[in-house]
Amino acid sequence: MATSALDRAAPGSRPARTRSRAKEPIITARGLTKMYGTFTAVDRLNLDVYPGEIFGLLGPNGAGKTTTILMMLGLSEPTSGEVRVAGLDPTRRPLDVKRRVGYLPDDAGFYPTLTGRQNLRYTARLNSLARGTAEDRISTVLAQVGLADRADDRVETYSRGMRQRLGIADALVKDPDILILDEPTVAIDPIGVAEMLDLMRRLVQGRGIALLLASHLLDQVQSVCDRVGIFSAGRLINVGSVDELARRYGGDRSEILVGVEAAPRTDAAAIGARLASQPGVVAVEPRPMSGDGDLNWALTLDPKASESETRAAVLRAILADGLLLTRLTRTSPSLDQIYRTAVEGHLATKGRVEVRSTEPGTGTQTSGGRRPRSVGRRASRRGPSARKGERR
Amino acid sequence: MTARRLTRPTWLDRVSDFSTQAGRGWRTVAAKELADHVLSRRFLVLLAILGLAALATVYFSSQLIRDAATQASGSPALFLRLFTVTGDQFPFPFFGLVSFVLPLVGIAFGFDAINGERSLGTLPRLLAQPIHRDDVINGKFAAGLLVIGLILASVTALVAAFGLLRLGITPGAGDVARMIAWVVLSIVYVGLWLAFAMLCSVAILRAATAALVAFGVWLALSLFFNLVASLLAGALAPAAGTAPDALVANARLEQQLTELSPITLYQEATVALLNPSVRTVGVVLPQQADRAIPSTLSIDQSLLVVWPQAVALVALTVLCFAVAYVIFMRQEVRA
Ligand SMILES: Nc1ncnc2c1ncn2[C@@H]1O[C@H](COP(=O)(O)OP(=O)(O)O)[C@@H](O)[C@H]1O
Ligand SMILES: [Mg+2]
Repeated sequence: MATSALDRAAPGSRPARTRSRAKEPIITARGLTKMYGTFTAVDRLNLDVYPGEIFGLLGPNGAGKTTTILMMLGLSEPTSGEVRVAGLDPTRRPLDVKRRVGYLPDDAGFYPTLTGRQNLRYTARLNSLARGTAEDRISTVLAQVGLADRADDRVETYSRGMRQRLGIADALVKDPDILILDEPTVAIDPIGVAEMLDLMRRLVQGRGIALLLASHLLDQVQSVCDRVGIFSAGRLINVGSVDELARRYGGDRSEILVGVEAAPRTDAAAIGARLASQPGVVAVEPRPMSGDGDLNWALTLDPKASESETRAAVLRAILADGLLLTRLTRTSPSLDQIYRTAVEGHLATKGRVEVRSTEPGTGTQTSGGRRPRSVGRRASRRGPSARKGERR
Repeated sequence: MTARRLTRPTWLDRVSDFSTQAGRGWRTVAAKELADHVLSRRFLVLLAILGLAALATVYFSSQLIRDAATQASGSPALFLRLFTVTGDQFPFPFFGLVSFVLPLVGIAFGFDAINGERSLGTLPRLLAQPIHRDDVINGKFAAGLLVIGLILASVTALVAAFGLLRLGITPGAGDVARMIAWVVLSIVYVGLWLAFAMLCSVAILRAATAALVAFGVWLALSLFFNLVASLLAGALAPAAGTAPDALVANARLEQQLTELSPITLYQEATVALLNPSVRTVGVVLPQQADRAIPSTLSIDQSLLVVWPQAVALVALTVLCFAVAYVIFMRQEVRA
């Protein structure tokens, strides 16, 4: 399978991690599959997460991230394949697994009439922590997530972001070897996110825990992840460090950004057409940017053409038209773009494969009809509770 | 889907868990629930309503008993009549009040046990801790039953103390034993409704719907069940003029049908426990009644009479639990 080959190839490329990678993986999944009826939520997943690393499980809503996590915790049973956490089968030994894994569920809730500290105390007691140790740990983790001064207020007075911080504290109370955070940054403000990611970094470095982070907010988490796995429609389509993925997906596709000053008589369409006619330009797309009144375009370049020649041609064309150039830069692909390229590529091939592999009559049905329906169902089911969460 | 296994661990796993954690999960859940209950509004409301209603019933009962004291003196178990006597102004004896209220109390304490956690979003977090899923159900059941039991026992004690002061008779050991047996029976009965409400809270995702369903079942059982039973028996009734044996069999059938309802079971058992002269529950033939020596039963004889009812109530509770477990085990954590 392509993913596992890539996974194995990865260690050599980042010497900084070879030490931690020499260890045994603490989470492994082999051919892990979850079906809901005929719908495949997670499809033959192979994955290794090592102690001392932050692994980002990235993918859009409904990709199967949460389902994967639930199977790792023994909260949902795999349809086939296997998963091992700390060497244990979560289906057979759920308690031993849960003792070692701190988990922040997606949209975690708390008992609203209890204080933050009381909520954590309950978790500590469920984990059979001794009273003294528990109180110490609760104070420590509350301080770590920046809730020390609100710890004795009722949770119903917390904002959503504060509840999310409390959720991270809750996952840390049991002093876990493995931390699994599902969408940990969704409701936290940008500065808070930076703090959270910093905290995660310190936890991983200080204690050598393994951190698995599921998120659809790629740009937020890309800076903190040692490796990411890109998830789409139940399949892990790629694994590697962000740099590796950038090279893999951005290497054959470069983009330059061109901006000209907008004068009263400039004809945007005509300039666009002129840019498109330059040698080496494959596509032109207007890209409005906030903050300036300029006209901007993103030009996708033919990978086979020379980039400097194309740039020179664009420059000449602009000058010849008597326009004022304000921008001519190369953009490196962000994780967002990598991700979009990867997912689009994956969905396209998947559609083709399915049409080919099924009977002529049913092919279109399988590739088209199934996904949107269940996505919609899921969305409507989550609706009320999400709204409720806002109110609290 | 092939080889469907439940997420439930084998007994071997559970034994190993027990040795490491000594099965503390359910106790932790119960302790938290207990604290929640005692501070909750529904607890205070229940305590206030039950306490006041109990005092009112016992006031009227003791009044009646005092008025009739001259004829009643010497009648067996006079003290227990405090719980059972009815009058014109007040048709509700204490036990009637309790048998009416208990199902509602059980429902009130259980209808949102699991779906409440679900809608708060605390269920995934709770189940990600090292406890079994059934620890959650067991802990909540234990806490609810303990709270209700305590309330019931204290209200009964209050009633007894009040009666003691107003009537000036001390209950005999037999009377006290009967009272205790009745409280235990009532706790079993409320446990059944609590278990049923928790089953609804597992199976029905919205707490309001679960409460409505549980309440509807109670209403149907208390209003229509006997009616349906007699209609059914009536439909199967033999033609007039048939052998008396057939008539007796039909009457028995009707009684057995009504005994499918926990409400009937509890009421029959209550009557037998609180009234020592009740020798049997069910159909009594004239010749049996003729031959019966008018006497009272001892407490252990009465216990024998109510034993089948008590066992049936426990069996129904266990059934509710079993169904709730199976559904809960198969459920997705998020919903
Ligand atoms: N209980 C369920 N029944 C049917 N489909 C489900 C159920 N839970 C999740 N799904 C489907 O599985 C897919 C993966 O969901 P999820 O793992 O929550 O995605 P993510 O966490 O990546 O957003 C979604 O398409 C969702 O609709
Ligand atoms: Mg999710």
